Amino acid sequence: MAAPMLRWGCRGRRWAFARVDGGSCHRRGAPTGSTSNQIRGESSVAQQPLHTAQKTRKGEHKWAAVVGLEIHAQISSNSKLFSGSQVRFSAPPNSLVSFFDASLPGTLPVLNRRCVEAAVMTGLALNCHINKKSLFDRKHYFYADLPAGYQITQQRLPIAVNGSLIYGVCAGKKQSQVIPKTVRIKQIQLEQDSGKSLHDNLRSQTLIDLNRAGVGLLEVVLEPDMSCGEEAATAVRELQLILQALGTSQANMAEGQLRVDANISVHHPGEPLGVRTEVKNLNSIRFLAKAIDYEIQRQINELENGGEILNETRSFHHKLGCTMSMRDKEGKQDYRWFMPEPNLPPLVLYDATSLPAGADPQQVINIDQIRETLPELPSVTREKLVQQYGMLLEHSFTLLNEVGLLEFFQNVIKETRAEPKKVTSWVLNTFLGYLKQQNLAVSESPVTPSALAELLDLLDSRTISSSAAKQVMDVKNRNPRAINKLIGLVRKATQSRADPVMIKEILEKKLSL
Amino acid sequence: MLGRSLREVSAALKQGQITPTELCQKCLSLIKKTKFLNAYITVSEEVALKQAEESEKRYKNGQSLGDLDGIPIAVKDNFSTSGIETTCASNMLKGYIPPYNATVVQKLLDQGALLMGKTNLDEFAMGSGSTDGVFGPVKNPWSYSKQYREKRKQNPHSENEDSDWLITGGSSGGSAAAVSAFTCYAALGSDTGGSTRNPAAHCGLVGFKPSYGLVSRHGLIPLVNSMDVPGILTRCVNDAAIVLGALAGPDPRDSTTVHEPISKPFMLPSLADVSKLCIGIPKEYLVPELSSEVQSLWSKAADLFESEGAKVIEVSLPHTSYSIVCYHVLCTSEVASNMARFDGLQYGHRCDIDVSTEAMYAATRREGFNDVVRGRILSGNFFLLKENYENYFVKAQKVRRLIANDFVNAFNSGVDVLLTPTTLSEAVPYLEFIKEDNRTRSAQDDIFTQAVNMAGLPAVSIPVALSNQGLPIGLQFIGRAFCDQQLLTVAKWFEKQVQFPVIQLQELMDDCSAVLENEKLASVSLKQ
Repeated sequence: MAAPMLRWGCRGRRWAFARVDGGSCHRRGAPTGSTSNQIRGESSVAQQPLHTAQKTRKGEHKWAAVVGLEIHAQISSNSKLFSGSQVRFSAPPNSLVSFFDASLPGTLPVLNRRCVEAAVMTGLALNCHINKKSLFDRKHYFYADLPAGYQITQQRLPIAVNGSLIYGVCAGKKQSQVIPKTVRIKQIQLEQDSGKSLHDNLRSQTLIDLNRAGVGLLEVVLEPDMSCGEEAATAVRELQLILQALGTSQANMAEGQLRVDANISVHHPGEPLGVRTEVKNLNSIRFLAKAIDYEIQRQINELENGGEILNETRSFHHKLGCTMSMRDKEGKQDYRWFMPEPNLPPLVLYDATSLPAGADPQQVINIDQIRETLPELPSVTREKLVQQYGMLLEHSFTLLNEVGLLEFFQNVIKETRAEPKKVTSWVLNTFLGYLKQQNLAVSESPVTPSALAELLDLLDSRTISSSAAKQVMDVKNRNPRAINKLIGLVRKATQSRADPVMIKEILEKKLSL
Repeated sequence: MLGRSLREVSAALKQGQITPTELCQKCLSLIKKTKFLNAYITVSEEVALKQAEESEKRYKNGQSLGDLDGIPIAVKDNFSTSGIETTCASNMLKGYIPPYNATVVQKLLDQGALLMGKTNLDEFAMGSGSTDGVFGPVKNPWSYSKQYREKRKQNPHSENEDSDWLITGGSSGGSAAAVSAFTCYAALGSDTGGSTRNPAAHCGLVGFKPSYGLVSRHGLIPLVNSMDVPGILTRCVNDAAIVLGALAGPDPRDSTTVHEPISKPFMLPSLADVSKLCIGIPKEYLVPELSSEVQSLWSKAADLFESEGAKVIEVSLPHTSYSIVCYHVLCTSEVASNMARFDGLQYGHRCDIDVSTEAMYAATRREGFNDVVRGRILSGNFFLLKENYENYFVKAQKVRRLIANDFVNAFNSGVDVLLTPTTLSEAVPYLEFIKEDNRTRSAQDDIFTQAVNMAGLPAVSIPVALSNQGLPIGLQFIGRAFCDQQLLTVAKWFEKQVQFPVIQLQELMDDCSAVLENEKLASVSLKQ
């Protein structure tokens, strides 16, 4: 649930508004100009005592951690969940705001068909039961980037329930073995995103950007079936791949399209669960794993030192690598759960058996029809890779986990005579190794699939040796010293009759450096 | 000309007896003369004259848009009007100019109607007197009628005339006063618990609440989303049907409007014979607080139907007594939720306090809302608290279902239309009315009307006769959901039988000859 965030440090802050596009024409002074360099309000960071998590080795074995996740995925759609405003990342502030998004009095929500279809599709891909009737509710809280004072969400009867997500955790020596794990999915609900608050502490101002307000979210609630940061991170990565394969969310964490809250507690196995904390707004997979592991360790230390765990909301500070209390709920927060949204009738979905005869296809959503359009899911893709190319399961994981790597691999396979096993090994070890070393994404690689395919062909026909091929890769990857090695090889092959300068020129031309 | 019905004046426009501009100017001048009634918050003179000019062109070119072309209308100030201030009679929205028209307003304008102005109400439509708005109370035109004045003279206890003015009822009192005082031919009200029917009864008008879902709420600033409907105030049933015909129908901007086919144009047949009708009289509506005059008129109306051959039967709506309490819980809960958006950030009033966000919210809302609104928000939030939700909100919803089922059962037993009082008594003087607080008054005044809102049914208040004091009394007809046309057809037949007298405002206005040219003789058929 997208609860209020960043509540601290509001004292002495004045409100200013970037202009609401085409919105209210209220007779008030001109809006204050927007401040360009906004700083997020993290002033309270320094006041927080740091938990110097000394690992108390004694009795560590007897603790078990329990981790559940609430994941918000922004639905990939042209317009918002309940209004016709466009959805676009990094548009000028308040340029994508309808009267409804700004909660002008008298405006009403109109449900976006695309968002419903995305929810159904995601539910089906995650083995959920799709509720043929679901309801919308209002969750109330006052916050400046929530113009209506409530969020429209699905609490009582969400669109999809009781699913599961299978993910693989690496284990064994060198982490080379993949163990499949399952996490249950409690529910998937449709809800509105909030706007963004931009805190300018220098001027004691908060600026509100409502471009994001009302964008459709899928909240995916994962049951507390995970036990460490790595499991959670792997599960989220798998979900991310599924959403991307479905096209229901771009799920780009850096752009905030996938945001994760983690519920964490520790207990002694066989005893009741411990008090849990919620770590909010984890926006990278790496930080997610770090934050969870830090929080688990913090709770263990706290309990072993006779302390107690408070049921509180915490945030993860990635620079300091620790979680800290957000201290935003001094009183008990009551969201006035959960008034039905009176302006939206129940959402009714159909399947082949319940579809009324003569129903206008534009007016109804057919679950079975959506099921037929489901694309291949990552687990199936991996299975196919294993069967088709005889690769190890963990290799198929790596191929899918790196953005663009699978496509690269498939393009190389298409163009080379080399054995698939060889291609796999070259792509996953040599090629990926170089990229990692240079900190490059697949899309930034100087080596094209065709170049690698050609190289592997030469290797396959024994025109060049494996070590020469590796050095070609090295050169292609702009390792300045590597070309000298190649020059040496050519000189050796020509019994030192060739001119080194000319060899270098020819090599550079051939390698199109 | 001003005293005519909408249909009559529409015919006069078509025949060229009067031009839209002339008609508009007459209404504007009457609005100025009756300013003391406080019926209008904003008079949109320029807009109306411009619309009249355009309408005139259309008539000249023989391109009239229909019955509403060139007809002056007024709109309650809780409907959004593009470019025209929309206040809800609250400090919170003083100066707020919506950038869009409510669907119903747009539909009226698309038919060529002239928007004379925005009418007064209780703040955010919370009240039953039209006395609790930030622009002051609305005065009932009947306070100044010959009929009422003459009765007052006979009464030795008659006090100072000026302080004796009567309330209009509410919360759409401004709209009712505007139509009743002949400043326009029809007005939009809103009806959440009786806010259109109640002032219609007190001002001698037809007040129609359509079925929930028949008319779009988009642009109506909500009180209770699940009960609000735009209401129609006119001087006769036919006029209400004409306006309904212009407004009814699905709206893609309001997902609660239904795709029921509705015949257009919305013509009402003249019922020659009521012998096939079954009229239900709910026994629970006979409450001790009901004035003997209203009770007697109610029973005479039933007799009238019976004597004309209709079947009149007593029916039971067993959960009626729980209705007003249930309404209170649901109403305040939705109010608490709906009012959350008024935080001073995007639009509306904002206080000067800027020490913190929370302090700014609190002061803005304290300054912006009156005690009634704040009281309802407070109780609504109490009902929605996690620990109270099951005990209040959920229970009230269950009771709401039982109340709706009561009506279904009554209609399933063969009843076509229910006949009830609209109010407990005729309008009371302002000074009398304010002896009780808003909550008490609302509970009393909505007693016969709010159950209909909880069930989403159509209902109409029809003026029946004058009381001993010379004041209008109305009776309510309730129909099956989406049988609005049948309901109005029965109401039209009844209206014709009772011949309710026209308000006589000679003493109020200098040149009332125009007003009275169409005066009908007061019928005595139902007089006591």
